[in-house]
Amino acid sequence: MVLFFQQLVNGIMLGAAYSLVALGLTLIYGILHIPNFAHGHKYMWAAFTSLFLVVNFHTNYWVSLLIAMVVLGIVGAGVERLVYRPLRNVPHINSFIAAIGLLLALESLSLIFWGADFRRFPTLYDKPIHLLGVAITLQRLLVIAGAALFIILLQVFIKRTWLGATIEAVAQDPEGAQLVGISIDRVSSLTFGIGTALAAAAATLIAPVFLVYPTMGSMPNLKAFVVIIIGGMGSIPGAVIGGFMLGLIEALGGGYISTDYKDLFAFGALVTFLTLRPMGLFGKGVR
Amino acid sequence: MNRISGKWIVLAITVIAVIIPLVVTNKYYMNILIMSGIWSIVALSLNLILGYTGQVNLAHGAFFGIGAYASALLMLKLKLGFWLALPFAAAIAGFFGFLIGLPALRTRGSYFAIGTLCFNIIVTLIVDRWEGLTEGARGLMGIPGPGPIPLPWGGEITFKTMAAQYYLVLCFLLLTIFVLRRIMQSLVGRTFRAIRGNEELAEAVGIHAMRTKILSFTVSCFFAGVGGVLYASYIGFLSPEITDYHVSFDALIYVMIGGVGTIVGPIIGTLLIVTIPETLHIAAEFRLLLYGLILIVMIIYLPRGIVGWIKELKGKRRQEVIWEKS
Repeated sequence: MVLFFQQLVNGIMLGAAYSLVALGLTLIYGILHIPNFAHGHKYMWAAFTSLFLVVNFHTNYWVSLLIAMVVLGIVGAGVERLVYRPLRNVPHINSFIAAIGLLLALESLSLIFWGADFRRFPTLYDKPIHLLGVAITLQRLLVIAGAALFIILLQVFIKRTWLGATIEAVAQDPEGAQLVGISIDRVSSLTFGIGTALAAAAATLIAPVFLVYPTMGSMPNLKAFVVIIIGGMGSIPGAVIGGFMLGLIEALGGGYISTDYKDLFAFGALVTFLTLRPMGLFGKGVR
Repeated sequence: MNRISGKWIVLAITVIAVIIPLVVTNKYYMNILIMSGIWSIVALSLNLILGYTGQVNLAHGAFFGIGAYASALLMLKLKLGFWLALPFAAAIAGFFGFLIGLPALRTRGSYFAIGTLCFNIIVTLIVDRWEGLTEGARGLMGIPGPGPIPLPWGGEITFKTMAAQYYLVLCFLLLTIFVLRRIMQSLVGRTFRAIRGNEELAEAVGIHAMRTKILSFTVSCFFAGVGGVLYASYIGFLSPEITDYHVSFDALIYVMIGGVGTIVGPIIGTLLIVTIPETLHIAAEFRLLLYGLILIVMIIYLPRGIVGWIKELKGKRRQEVIWEKS
């Protein structure tokens, strides 16, 4: 039973992280219908940015989280402007291929800047807390709490503010949104900025739990895609529920069936979904 | 270019390809040429499903790896000869393509791309972890090269020298080009292009879209497997990295840069991308940066690659659409 609860807690932590990464991805997909395949590599860049701030400038962890979010938000908006905007009116698969180019470039740039070493992210919150025989570090609890906070903030932003409403308007009907005076360009940049900033938050929260290295973004990126396909591309509740589902599948599958094949469960789940329900849990039936 | 001069150009290039080993004796350059030949086969096979049928398959590395591992295991564990292992291994790669195509080809566009990419990761994971069969990360060593072919009037063709290996790869490259060209000129090839243009419309005129896509995918995977077999026997060593999705990305880059949906495009793309960084001795991480940036610039400004661009410059008739808007 202790094993079960331990894996449950681990699964929730993983799920929180996946949800947060997938949230940005699904937001971008919902507005621009772009499968932003370089999302995980911006996540990796964010981890390096906050690591750099904490180690070299001894910046406070939470301050560097905010700085990483702002920096990556600007990077995200810039990428939208330079790479994705010229491709807006061509088939989306072209954007997908451009994203592959982008992820290769981002990965090699980080190799050039930081080298291929695995780095530890120093943290103040690595003391384990024991509860009913289950051990969890404070940092892991922070991942869960942080994810919950950002999910709520995003929801409030979209449902309660004017700026958020423009995002929802474009997602629902781009032409109608333009008719009432919403600039698609501005909303696209904004969405990309927010989506990337969410990935940056996720990266800074997770980095102290795992390690920081140039290819650290590939797996979360793929998992986030698995999550949004399971949840339905463009659906925010889908990303959250899909993220937690995937985290639990992995933790319980890894704990009870095989740790070696832990990653296989995620991709197996994806193949199952593609076969049985390609539009995902909350998808609109468009493939 | 008209038909006659086109034929002469093809003949001239073939003659140059045949006499190269007589001129180039440097082992380093021969190695680059052999690798370009193998990757050209892979790029050409990817182009069948990607360029001609319009489905962005990102699992090509997996099928290449399945072909390579299947042939190595057939030769090492079942002691089959190269010439028997080759068709079997390629057929195994094709069969996997068929199996994966059944669920994956039900989806389109980005979904298909992501689905195939995930399949590729599953394959790499299994190859890496199933140590009893594949030796895992240690890799498979001592894969035999092709056995000698006896000639009817005595003597035999052996494949011990670099030049002989080169000719072997060249033969298979020409065979691949020949088969793919014949497919594309046939009615079947036209149905592939019809799917690429507009799947609904193709179905409306009586093309069974699913069956057509599966056929294209299976043939494409078969030739990827051929490339894998040649790679395995040439290098003699396999590790799980060779099934990795980065191999799929490489093949995609070759096709996109050379010219998607053309026969010469993937070959030109492969030659450029494999030979230029090698001869200029560019460090690996800068190479990757360069590929990435080139891919982005190409997809924005020259989505049809070098060959498509040249065709456009020559003012040929309006190009067919490559991918339907989805």
